[in-house]
Amino acid sequence: MTTALILLPLAAALAVWLLPLPGRAAGTLALLAGLAEVVLWVVALTQFDFDAGLQLRDEHSWFSDLGVSYDVGFYGFSLFLAGLTVVVCTVAIAYALWAGRDRGRAYHGLLLFLTGSIVGVFTAQDLLLFYVFFEAMLIPIYVLIGVWGGPRRVRATATFVIYTMAGSLLMLAAIIVLGLSQDTFSLIDSGTSSNDWVFLGFLVAFAVKAPIFPFHGWLVDAYRESPPEVAAILSGVVSKAAVYGLLRIVIAKFPEPVQEYQSTILAFATVGLVYASILAFRAPDIRSVTAYSSMAQMSLITMGLFSLNELGVDGAIVQSLAHGLVSASLFLLAGMVELRTGSSAFAGLGGMARGRPLLATLLMTTGIIALAVPGSVAFAGEFLILAGLYGVGWGWSVVGAAAIVLAAMYMLRLISAVLHAARGRDVAEGAPDVRPFELAIVVPLVTLLLVLSAWPAAISERSFPSQLGNEAAEATP
Amino acid sequence: MIPTPTVDWLALAPTLSLLAASGIALLGSVLTPAWMRRWFAPLVAFAGFITAGVFAAVVFDESAQARSLIAESFTRDRLGALAAVIIAGAGALTVLLAWGDSRRDHVGEYYALLAAAGGGMVFFVTSTNLMTLFLGLEWFSIALYVLCAMDTHREASLEAGLKYLIVGAFGSSVLLFGSALVYGATGEIGFSAIADAGAGDDVLLLAGLAMLIAGLGFKASAAPFHMWTPDVYQGAPTSVTAFMSAATKVAALVVMLRVLVVAFPEQSDLWTVTVAVIAVASLAVGNFAALVQRDVKRLLAYSSVSHAGFMLIAVAANSELGGKALLYYLIPYGAMSIGSFAVVAARERELEAPVTLENLGGLGWERPFLGAAMWVFMLGFMGMPLTGGLIGKLYVFAAAYEAGWWWLIIAGVIATAISLYYYLGVVRALYLRPAAELRPAVAGGSPPLDPLLHVTVLVSVVVTIGSFFFVQPLIDLAGDAVASLPF
Repeated sequence: MTTALILLPLAAALAVWLLPLPGRAAGTLALLAGLAEVVLWVVALTQFDFDAGLQLRDEHSWFSDLGVSYDVGFYGFSLFLAGLTVVVCTVAIAYALWAGRDRGRAYHGLLLFLTGSIVGVFTAQDLLLFYVFFEAMLIPIYVLIGVWGGPRRVRATATFVIYTMAGSLLMLAAIIVLGLSQDTFSLIDSGTSSNDWVFLGFLVAFAVKAPIFPFHGWLVDAYRESPPEVAAILSGVVSKAAVYGLLRIVIAKFPEPVQEYQSTILAFATVGLVYASILAFRAPDIRSVTAYSSMAQMSLITMGLFSLNELGVDGAIVQSLAHGLVSASLFLLAGMVELRTGSSAFAGLGGMARGRPLLATLLMTTGIIALAVPGSVAFAGEFLILAGLYGVGWGWSVVGAAAIVLAAMYMLRLISAVLHAARGRDVAEGAPDVRPFELAIVVPLVTLLLVLSAWPAAISERSFPSQLGNEAAEATP
Repeated sequence: MIPTPTVDWLALAPTLSLLAASGIALLGSVLTPAWMRRWFAPLVAFAGFITAGVFAAVVFDESAQARSLIAESFTRDRLGALAAVIIAGAGALTVLLAWGDSRRDHVGEYYALLAAAGGGMVFFVTSTNLMTLFLGLEWFSIALYVLCAMDTHREASLEAGLKYLIVGAFGSSVLLFGSALVYGATGEIGFSAIADAGAGDDVLLLAGLAMLIAGLGFKASAAPFHMWTPDVYQGAPTSVTAFMSAATKVAALVVMLRVLVVAFPEQSDLWTVTVAVIAVASLAVGNFAALVQRDVKRLLAYSSVSHAGFMLIAVAANSELGGKALLYYLIPYGAMSIGSFAVVAARERELEAPVTLENLGGLGWERPFLGAAMWVFMLGFMGMPLTGGLIGKLYVFAAAYEAGWWWLIIAGVIATAISLYYYLGVVRALYLRPAAELRPAVAGGSPPLDPLLHVTVLVSVVVTIGSFFFVQPLIDLAGDAVASLPF
């Protein structure tokens, strides 16, 4: 089952690359594969027992002398993260089909390949396998930004690759040391370690991916220069690979260093949270605001994780899903605005609400959820995170709460700069409202957000079966 | 009745079949009519390499116990057999790659020398005394000197041949001198006899050991013995470069492992450090120099220096795991090398000019198969997932970790990080250049598709990716091979 979830997009990617279809047909095939993937995930969801630990496991020895195996399976929280992946990626494929990318076969194949590798990251129960999927994500992203990106794409890809590969290679060294010292690369069989250097190797790799201050140098260029749907996947889903890694490897395998460095990590995350929120408030276009808000949210999620208690970790997962859906919708909406105006800079935007009720409604709903209005899923997530942080020290939750105010400021600024005020110079009078196909792309995301807002406990109560004491719970004091 | 020694014909079969192929190809170019010459010699050479590979596989299968042959001049064991299989495979792919060369004259000589070089290497990897070691080394080197200078109408090719001859001869003489010193110190030329002589820290022996390492370092193009590599790789006919980068490296590194482990176990404290230092030097020189290259063949030449560094880490580990790491690494590395030079050769034939990063621009879109293949090879060199390059590096680092050489892991990781720049530079040239910069094939249309070259590339891709998925069987083979060494 789990293997099928990984292989379906990869096989579809091969099919899209190899079959001599015209671009549109290739895109349609990719979209069908994406929808099939969503169905498959729903089937997995129905088979899943949220009161138990690792399930749907599939294990085969890969090479035994170093103790490496192909070992995949789901925990509650990783099943949700995988669900986020399949939904956001499918939506992104649909958007790419709508926007009509050049060299459609290559493009859609790469998107599918990316989907498969992200699902792989969320299921891997072996260190080396995790690394394989983690790095495999980078291969399509490099080309997706480098070939189909904006005017400064070469610089953006170079920065992105240098940052992430530096992190990844540190992680490779850490994996080798951890795996060999434990005589197995299995995340299930291996014990814990108290080696600070190995711990830092993993931590930095995930801090780059998230990103957490001060490893965020790649962020804005990458999010601004990628095609909107790639930015949606990057900020919505790929960054969650860091969440999974922090939870499944850093917190689960390094209990002592985690305790020791808890305050340091929280401090960096807090600085990043405030800093990114302020930058988001000053940013000149939709993409940059969303990029910095994404960094702020990832900092908050990291704070939740490193509160090291049940409330905070539950909140981090809820917030991961909320942020994944919100930032994916925002990037896609930014893409739609760019299609109509040719730019996402606030200077040329404004007044788009008049005569475009659908766009206004969608952007407004997403924005309101993003600023964590009470009753929204983001509010639920942030509340849990702050409650968890309160257990560590009230100061952390005060700063965290202050960041929610900042979030309200930059989100409202974004909404009003795009929708309200006088008509901007880039907004043509006749620029159309959201078209039905675009509606079909964004509405599922917004609907999911509303459903989760109504029932956040669906996530928070099912991510970690408390009575079984899985890794995250074990690590908590 | 004169008593004759029993000869183990099976052990000799891989070498003999290549020698036979060489002879037939050479004679064929004289005796066959002109219209047959274009394909007779390559066909014979190809058959020779395949036969040698099959015989070597049989030897591998039937030699669970290593056996010393003909007064301990060479051995029949799995290490030599596995190396011979890899060399034969590399040779067969090279023949397919070279087939489409627009070579008008010297066709017979070219393939005869290629088969002879292969035969020399196959013999070289089974040698177990200093005499046969030198014999094997000179045998394949002389063939390669001529092969490098084969394109007599190109000045670069002549220059490459001459340079390789001079530097190579220097390397060989260092090796020979080292052998003489080792013989002087121990009175023995057999590897295991040298170990048994127990000369300890005799200065003569140590000087000889150092010179042996240097001599083999020349052939493996490890820094600081690599100076010839970029010029020769760039100037030689691309098919020859492909063969040298894959097969010569296999031969030199396998022999280095064998000599050091079998003949100098007592001095292992010294030679492991020496090899480790050479490894780091190769990583540093190879990667930093590759950063500034514009010519793709030069770039790949420096990349081969850096990969020699990685593989020497495995040698320096001086352990069974290290041996396995080396033999595993050689398999995807050989495939990636031949494959990437094959793509370069394809572009070269289109442009009829040296391939640089500039005129590689747009190849990825123009020739999707070759572009994607080149991408795979670059990912493999980088050590990215879905290629055997990652597993090779993992094993090398694991061997270093097990041996306690943590600083070699750090050096390897830093080297990998630097290497990303130029490998991704190739990918950038293939795919990321703006449309205006794409330069399609030269006017007059591209030459007809060369199916055999595509077979070479396809096989290389399959090996590169396949070695990622089928690690266990390959590591088992490597483990069986290494079992013939006394760790």
